[in-house]
Amino acid sequence: MSANTSNTSLTDSKTSVNLQRRPWAATFILIGGVAALVLGIAVSISLGAAEIDLRSVWEAVFFFNPSVTEHQIIQELRLPRVLGGAMVGACFAVSGAIMQGMTRNPLADSGLLGLNAGAGFVIAICFSFFPGLPYMYLILFSFLGAGLGAVLVYGVSSMAKGGLTPVRLVLAGAALSALLSALSEGIALYFQVGQDMAFWYAGGAAGIKWIHLKIMLPWIGAAILGAIALSRSITMLSLGDDIAKGLGQRTGLVKLAGAVIVLVLAGAAVSVVGAVGFVGLIIPHVTRKLVGVDYRLIIPCSAVLGSLLVVLADLAARMVNPPYETPVGAVVALIGVPFFLYLARKERRGL
Amino acid sequence: MEAITNDIHERKDRKRKMVVLSVLGILIVLVFLISMNTGVIRLSPLEVIKTLFGSGTDKQNLVLFEFRLPRIVISLLIGAGLAISGCIMQGISRNELADPGILGINAGAGLMVMLFISFFPSTTSAPVYLLPVLALIGAGLTAAIICVLAYKKNEGFKPTGLLLTGIAVAAGISAAMIVLTLKLSPEKYQFVATWLAGSIWGSSWKFVFALLPWIVVLLPYVMYKAQVMNVLNLGESMATGLGASVTREQLKLLAAAVGLAASCVAVSGGIGFVGLIAPHLARKLVGAKHQMLLPITALVGALLVITADTLGRWIIQPSEIPTGIVVAVIGAPYFLYLLSRSKG
Repeated sequence: MSANTSNTSLTDSKTSVNLQRRPWAATFILIGGVAALVLGIAVSISLGAAEIDLRSVWEAVFFFNPSVTEHQIIQELRLPRVLGGAMVGACFAVSGAIMQGMTRNPLADSGLLGLNAGAGFVIAICFSFFPGLPYMYLILFSFLGAGLGAVLVYGVSSMAKGGLTPVRLVLAGAALSALLSALSEGIALYFQVGQDMAFWYAGGAAGIKWIHLKIMLPWIGAAILGAIALSRSITMLSLGDDIAKGLGQRTGLVKLAGAVIVLVLAGAAVSVVGAVGFVGLIIPHVTRKLVGVDYRLIIPCSAVLGSLLVVLADLAARMVNPPYETPVGAVVALIGVPFFLYLARKERRGL
Repeated sequence: MEAITNDIHERKDRKRKMVVLSVLGILIVLVFLISMNTGVIRLSPLEVIKTLFGSGTDKQNLVLFEFRLPRIVISLLIGAGLAISGCIMQGISRNELADPGILGINAGAGLMVMLFISFFPSTTSAPVYLLPVLALIGAGLTAAIICVLAYKKNEGFKPTGLLLTGIAVAAGISAAMIVLTLKLSPEKYQFVATWLAGSIWGSSWKFVFALLPWIVVLLPYVMYKAQVMNVLNLGESMATGLGASVTREQLKLLAAAVGLAASCVAVSGGIGFVGLIAPHLARKLVGAKHQMLLPITALVGALLVITADTLGRWIIQPSEIPTGIVVAVIGAPYFLYLLSRSKG
């Protein structure tokens, strides 16, 4: 316990000396972001192929009447979709933040743990050998694939002498991802299922149903709470392995916990909407720019901003070319890229 | 005493490097011979050697000199070029994940190819040179855009800024490509996908001669800059302190990396993984000093691509597996093995 308190005072003194930390900005983001999110969700529900005014949205959510068609549309199609989008955004953003903090690499996101490549590999197999598999099974297999990727990457990088180092994690992740995606590319070319896969991979929130939300919510809720609980240790890790160890942290344990949280969050998200991983890359950078380098602030703010981005991107994806949908992944990139470029120009220090 | 042990160490070290160098050389020659022998028309090793020295039949001459040899030469050149380009990128950005793809070269070339395929009615009627030239233009343009965006007047290039800008631009281009993908007909998509996966399709002497000048000029230039790269590797402030004009050197090296990668990608499609993995393999074999690292990187890259190309032609004859896929499938496990053996 005493070690713990000394940790706190040490990090606090460090924080005040050379790390910027902006709690007021974080508060503003949390309050303003949640407000914007609620508004975004409401607008997203009301806009679409059938226009529904905000009043009916309110009624459909809080005074549901199954005999009204509009209420049916909202309850069965739009509400799960937009809530799912918000959840997925939060998942990718938080797992991206954890990955960047743990590996101290600004290029890291959840894909680096082999999640996207693993999911893609299993999906390629499913499309080639078991065509017409129901959506529910695809999601399940995709999650298993993501888990397989993560276990392989984590296993290979921690098996070596000297244990798990950030550099090793990053390299093993890159190599295994390349291997798995090469295999899935090969399978896709051979069986000519590439275009179907591209569509799955590019991401779409259209298929999200209440049942998915019900299954995902407890896991994701727990994982995000876990991430917030872990955030102080991740701040220390982001200062470097040696410093974290010197401050009395059990770095191996923290990294394992971080990897498990990333797997649950990003694995669930990838399997439901596909690889919209760019959210996980840019949102932590944006947040870091806004609230400073303390992960206690970065993680909750990332969650809010990530949700906001995906909800807006999903709205845009439906509005660009109705009644057809543009892949969410593409829209996220198109919205995110200019903003991210602006930030990259201003970035003065790394992580 | 210390001097003696140092001396012994140095001698051991030099010997080790010579061993690595010669093993790589022998392996390349070996795979070269096997590759000459691989294909639908089989030639025995003896026939291959006979034909190479000029006493083959017309048919053997045709197969070897017009089909197999140019392709093998191209795969060697591409391997060396992409590997060196990756080595430069990792050195400049001081990031282990950097490869030519970071500068948007694959994405830019890919987008051009995709636009061409989408808007050109049929791929067969177009001139042979058009596709690689377009890919080259796309790659060069993208790299230029990234450099302009990442460059700051008073500070030059910051590694992080360069990487992040590259990632962002590449992500934007990929998004555009996804949108285009969904509008393509299945046959056209198959062509683009094969191209993106990286396959050496431009296999005639014309392409060899188009690629050769880039490699012949840029490889020696980069080797000549080895000492500068060692200094840059120490970090910006240290390099400045040692008297290097950091920004100018970075720009020159970047330009060389872009030239190498863009010309290679134009002929081969996205075999970007070579650029990521070959420098790492070489570093594990001979250490981080660029005088030795650069030639070994080039050899490792060449060996990887020629092996991958040979395997890709052999496994599912008479059809082919894209080289890029085979490179990843054989390169990644070996890399992981080395990674798990190394300390820290």
